[in-house]
Amino acid sequence: MNNSVAKEKIVSLRKKRSLEDMRFKYYGFTAMCLSLAVLVFLLYTIFSKGYTAFQKTIVLLEVDYNQEVLKLTPDSSDEEMEKGKFFRVKKQAIENFFPDLSKSDIKLIKKLFSINVDNEIKDYFLENPEVINTKQQIWVTAHSDVDQLLKGNSRRDVPEDRRKLNDIQLSYVDQLVEENRVKQVFNNFFFTKADSRHPEIAGVAGSFMGSLFTLFTVFILSFPIAIGASVYLEEFAPKNRITELIEVNISNLAAVPSIVFGLLGLGVLLNVFGLPRSTPLVGGSVLALMTLPTIIIACRASLKAVPPSIKEGALAVGATKTQAVFHHVVPLALPGTLTGTIIGLAQALGETAPLIMIGMIAFIPNIPTGLTEPSAALPVQIYLWVESAERGFQEKSAAAIMVILIFLFMMNAIAVFLRNRFERKW
Amino acid sequence: MFFWSLVLIAVGIFSSFIYGRSRIKLNSKKQGTKSKSLPNYYAQYVLMWCLFPALIVYFSWAIFQEQIIQNIVISNFEFIEGAAYNEGLLLAEIRNVANNPSFADGKSVEIINAASQYSSLRQISQIAFYLSIIIIMLLGALYASRKLKPEFHAQHAIERYIQYILIFCSSVAIFTTIGIVFSLIFESLRFFAEVSIFEFLFSTEWYPFIPIREGQTAAEGSFGAVPIFAGTFLVMVVAMCVAAPLGLLTAIYLAEYASQRVRKIVKPLLEILAGIPTIVYGFFAFVSVAPFVKAFGQSIGIDASPTSALAAGMVMGVMIIPFISSLSDDVINSVPQSLREGSFGIGANKAETIKKVILPAALPGIVGAFLLAISRAIGETMIVVVAAGTAPNLTGNPFENVTTVTVQIVVALIGDQEFDNPRTLSAFALGLVLFVITLFLNIIALQIVKRYRERYE
Repeated sequence: MNNSVAKEKIVSLRKKRSLEDMRFKYYGFTAMCLSLAVLVFLLYTIFSKGYTAFQKTIVLLEVDYNQEVLKLTPDSSDEEMEKGKFFRVKKQAIENFFPDLSKSDIKLIKKLFSINVDNEIKDYFLENPEVINTKQQIWVTAHSDVDQLLKGNSRRDVPEDRRKLNDIQLSYVDQLVEENRVKQVFNNFFFTKADSRHPEIAGVAGSFMGSLFTLFTVFILSFPIAIGASVYLEEFAPKNRITELIEVNISNLAAVPSIVFGLLGLGVLLNVFGLPRSTPLVGGSVLALMTLPTIIIACRASLKAVPPSIKEGALAVGATKTQAVFHHVVPLALPGTLTGTIIGLAQALGETAPLIMIGMIAFIPNIPTGLTEPSAALPVQIYLWVESAERGFQEKSAAAIMVILIFLFMMNAIAVFLRNRFERKW
Repeated sequence: MFFWSLVLIAVGIFSSFIYGRSRIKLNSKKQGTKSKSLPNYYAQYVLMWCLFPALIVYFSWAIFQEQIIQNIVISNFEFIEGAAYNEGLLLAEIRNVANNPSFADGKSVEIINAASQYSSLRQISQIAFYLSIIIIMLLGALYASRKLKPEFHAQHAIERYIQYILIFCSSVAIFTTIGIVFSLIFESLRFFAEVSIFEFLFSTEWYPFIPIREGQTAAEGSFGAVPIFAGTFLVMVVAMCVAAPLGLLTAIYLAEYASQRVRKIVKPLLEILAGIPTIVYGFFAFVSVAPFVKAFGQSIGIDASPTSALAAGMVMGVMIIPFISSLSDDVINSVPQSLREGSFGIGANKAETIKKVILPAALPGIVGAFLLAISRAIGETMIVVVAAGTAPNLTGNPFENVTTVTVQIVVALIGDQEFDNPRTLSAFALGLVLFVITLFLNIIALQIVKRYRERYE
């Protein structure tokens, strides 16, 4: 009797305990799934907001390349053609865009076109100079407001004063859609142009090049210094207080917030050394100092992984310590150090705050061609577009994020490839 | 200009190498003795004596040329009495005119004169630059060639130089720290010369005064950073509320329950989460989470700000989940197997073992991980710059708008940076506070983790 009660108690207790065990396991499982779900949701958000930026809206415009309006003749030289009055042609084309337009309507219709239309009309002419005195149907870029409307990013059911396009403009856009005079094509501007105040002609080419130049600087500075430092600390450094100080220093630098490195760049590189502001040279230097600890830690790990027998073998046949290290240990550790460097570069690529501090946040509408030219960088470009009030920039920022993520993914893939291909297990 | 000088240096070191090699061979043949080291070492010796002086000249030119020229141009500039000048703008104008003569139309005579002086100084500087590089390389080679005798141990010399180079490389970390500390302290001292340190640390009014025109005094601004510290703390707490349970439970699941296969898939995925640039999280907070928080606040009757501490903190929490989970994972894995086996041996199940044995044993390491995560959260910039507010607000309500230290640093330094007003300088004082706190947290955390490791190894 007593026995069975005790047994029952034990059974129920065991049940409770195993239930508790299950519950705890599922807490862990749920936490893991939640973290991964956030990752998926984040990627989904970026993709769903960004994919539309890879398309742009173009409008069919009938342009009359009349020689009198252009102030050109069929045998004008190239230089004269450059100076043709294309804005007048554009004006005329817009006035005749729909039959019988009133003056106020023309003004409204003008706002349906991108500011870049002048250039497009001109470029078309420069490529086909024989079209002079003919009427041509060309596809030109629509204004961002039209673009956003047709992509469904801006709503048309809000009151008129809260819309970019008013009712008259909307009806014209609808008419265009009905007449098939508007379509969406691949947005080449996004990949060939630099930043712009006008979303429809803003692109990532400038900031991409800026990021490449910055990464180049980071690599040039940090790779040799990191290898030198880790070789010294791993192979040569005497065990004394100075070495210890250096090691503590490196591990602490790894945890200093990136924005503090930005302050260092501003206070020392710009104000004391007077290096040029907003340039990949300064940005790269700051990021190199920032990623140095990461790379040094990776380098030291791969130097440690080389078995001591290799070095001892070299020493035994009469090599000096320097020879043993540089001829035998370092080459074997090189794949590992390269992997570490690429991971450090990937970290540097996404870093934004230090670059803002040293002024790489300036508006740069052209593509940089050198290390000492003011330029933007991809993450800063994203920041500028996120902060921009203009609706058309939001999809641009998501698309730029896609570009930077693909870039990061490729760098990591290269690092993994290098590790798998060249790493030796001893 | 600097590209061609690099070519010049390359040519110089190449020819010095060839020269060193042939010279030592010649010398040892003349004396009829074998040289102490291989010819290549003598060649490297000459090369180093060419390369390093040339690099020093190169970098000092790159760094100081522009400044010196600008100083000369400004000191020779004929200032007109009574007119107001902004030195930076003036210099930019002079440079524009000098680089682009078509800009000269409509500029004053003084500027055009200064511009022509500027470009002539640049030309002189370029010629002097090339000349001094050539001369210094020749001098270096000359000095080195006097040592090119067979009895000279070139290899020893080279190895000594290599040591020096390596020591220099490893001291870059120290120089960086010194640079950070000095730039922060120097500018902060200038800030505290104008604003009392007690006001900065204890006052609750943060109205940084922005001088609109020159000559305005900065007395009216008030720089009490307490609301900023409070905002930083609030965002950090929200972030840790998200990251601590999720990160720790994920780590426990991965370390104790998950199969090898799950670990192999999930760990790289979490690493992706860790590798995403913070500006991307900022975008995510701004576009998805902030509207969600606002809608959620409305549904429970709270008027949430679009730049609430909650949205920024939650996303920041997501950012540090992988940080906490991977650190805790390491810590849990380094708890000795014998503790687990002992616990299983007396009949405990997995959950009990984890809760009563493993977690207490791993506690110091986990605390260390949390401290590192907190230091991360405090120093994080882009998420809060995009998703939190810029106006200081002393509040404990996460639905309200708050600002953080990093946001204020960015806000103070975006745009025109004139280093004569406390608003700009306040960024450095805030940076100093940030640096000290993160360093402090980091040292404590590393100490805890280190002591913990020693206990089990």
